[in-house]
Amino acid sequence: MKFDLDWGVFFHEIPGGGDRYADLLVSGVAWTLAVSASAWVIALVLGSVIGTIRTTDRPWMVSLGDAWVELFRNIPLLVQMFLWYFVVPEFIAPLKRWLVQADPAHAQFVAAVLCLALFTSARVAEQVRAGIQSLPRGQRLAGMALGLTQPQVYRHVLLPMAFRIVIPPLTSETMNLIKNSSIALTIGLTELTFRSREMGEYTFRFFEAFSAATLIYIAIAMTANRAMALIEKRTAVPGYIAGGRKQAP
Amino acid sequence: MNKLSALIAVLYASAGIATGALAQDLTGTLKKIKETGAITVGHRESSIPFSYLDDKQQPIGYAMDLCMKIVGAVKAELKMPNLKVNLQPVTSGNRIPQLQAGNIDIECGSTTNSVERQKQVSFGPTYFVINVTAAVKKASGIKQLADLNGKTVSTTSGTTSVPLLKQYEKTRSVAIREIYGKDHAESFLLLSQDRSAAFVMDDILLAGQIASARNPGDFVIIPESLRQEPYSMMLRRDDPQFKALVDRTVGGVMKSGEIDAIYRKWFMSPIPPKGVNMNFPMTPAIKDAFANPNDKGV
Repeated sequence: MKFDLDWGVFFHEIPGGGDRYADLLVSGVAWTLAVSASAWVIALVLGSVIGTIRTTDRPWMVSLGDAWVELFRNIPLLVQMFLWYFVVPEFIAPLKRWLVQADPAHAQFVAAVLCLALFTSARVAEQVRAGIQSLPRGQRLAGMALGLTQPQVYRHVLLPMAFRIVIPPLTSETMNLIKNSSIALTIGLTELTFRSREMGEYTFRFFEAFSAATLIYIAIAMTANRAMALIEKRTAVPGYIAGGRKQAP
Repeated sequence: MNKLSALIAVLYASAGIATGALAQDLTGTLKKIKETGAITVGHRESSIPFSYLDDKQQPIGYAMDLCMKIVGAVKAELKMPNLKVNLQPVTSGNRIPQLQAGNIDIECGSTTNSVERQKQVSFGPTYFVINVTAAVKKASGIKQLADLNGKTVSTTSGTTSVPLLKQYEKTRSVAIREIYGKDHAESFLLLSQDRSAAFVMDDILLAGQIASARNPGDFVIIPESLRQEPYSMMLRRDDPQFKALVDRTVGGVMKSGEIDAIYRKWFMSPIPPKGVNMNFPMTPAIKDAFANPNDKGV
């Protein structure tokens, strides 16, 4: 099969509007970044809390954390997106009233951020828990022997090291989140993948449109990756785990 | 293009004699079908009554019936009575790439034959003509398209309704907020949940969604038209052999009057899964398309 490619298509005008197709993709990138960044902040905070309480000695906290992780990790993201956008508002009257008169883009944005944040928080929680549990038991016991309370042990002994350990898996979670944000197109959010498809439908230049989207996703994910690597390097404790290449003898 | 139509005309005219010759040097889709021993039919999941899933999740519909005639003709042409027929669901958004990539050999749904699309794909004879308009709730009091000013309107992403709506906005200087569903069922869900005031789409698809709604009486279709569009089955471009076979088969069904029974079955009688009746008599444009089979796009 032979395709004739036309890379100039990005600078063609969209019928019915003054914009070019490149502008369409740029507006999509803006939504992708906005959704990913907002969801990432919420996911990191929620995930850290949930992951931490799963390692405490309070059974109810552990159960709550377990339930959270199982709930959000076991339902396909696509289904969760549909649930948050179409089903949940039907049961909450004030939310429904807001939705009906709100700008559809805002409603889609909120639903997408919420959905991605909760889904990712379950995965972050799992990694934070693993990070804490990977620390030698002696650290927790030493902290308690010093007379620290449980919150103090977490604050001063366990979490500072655990977070350093989980930076690499959190990096892949960040990149996953950016890519998962494309699922928001199913609720009509005009993010990058949605715009690429739209451009494809208008111009029938699907290969050009999706090649551009691919490169943009790679660029965004790589940037996130490099940023996390920088954080990892900056926060490394010399001579300890996660020290990076610089500390190698 | 002229060369191509000439070639099609020759193939069309000599179809009867050419059958033997064709079998020796097959090209394009027919060659692919012969080599793989299978034809893959792309269908839609909620384009009632053209191409949709029944209660057993089997694709059925008006377009599916016509496509099965084509499958029958392929079997006869290639002398492959046991030809395997694969069914592949497609969406508005992925139907063209699926066809171009060879994942489906023919698309049987509710696809508008447009000049723009003809640059990428080819079409069989027009089997339906629709008007693009809006469905609204009766209670909303919206009587005409101009009443949609300032309202939120849902439509299905990847369909021709999107640029049409934008154009309407521009020429009439009305402000409409668009909200996209990924398929017709979802766009209609937005309307029935009051997330949008109207669902802009092809009239027959709106009638289909309304017919299968919980309270069909709540909805009404605005008797106005943004544009008339011909529907047809989609084929790969530059594939004269398969195109000739499709034109011959579907054109034959139309000329022989066999189409009337198929039309009645899907548009004038109760249809699965719920036994609803679309009650959509042939419009003059549709009668004309059947009398003069053609693949003219808009």
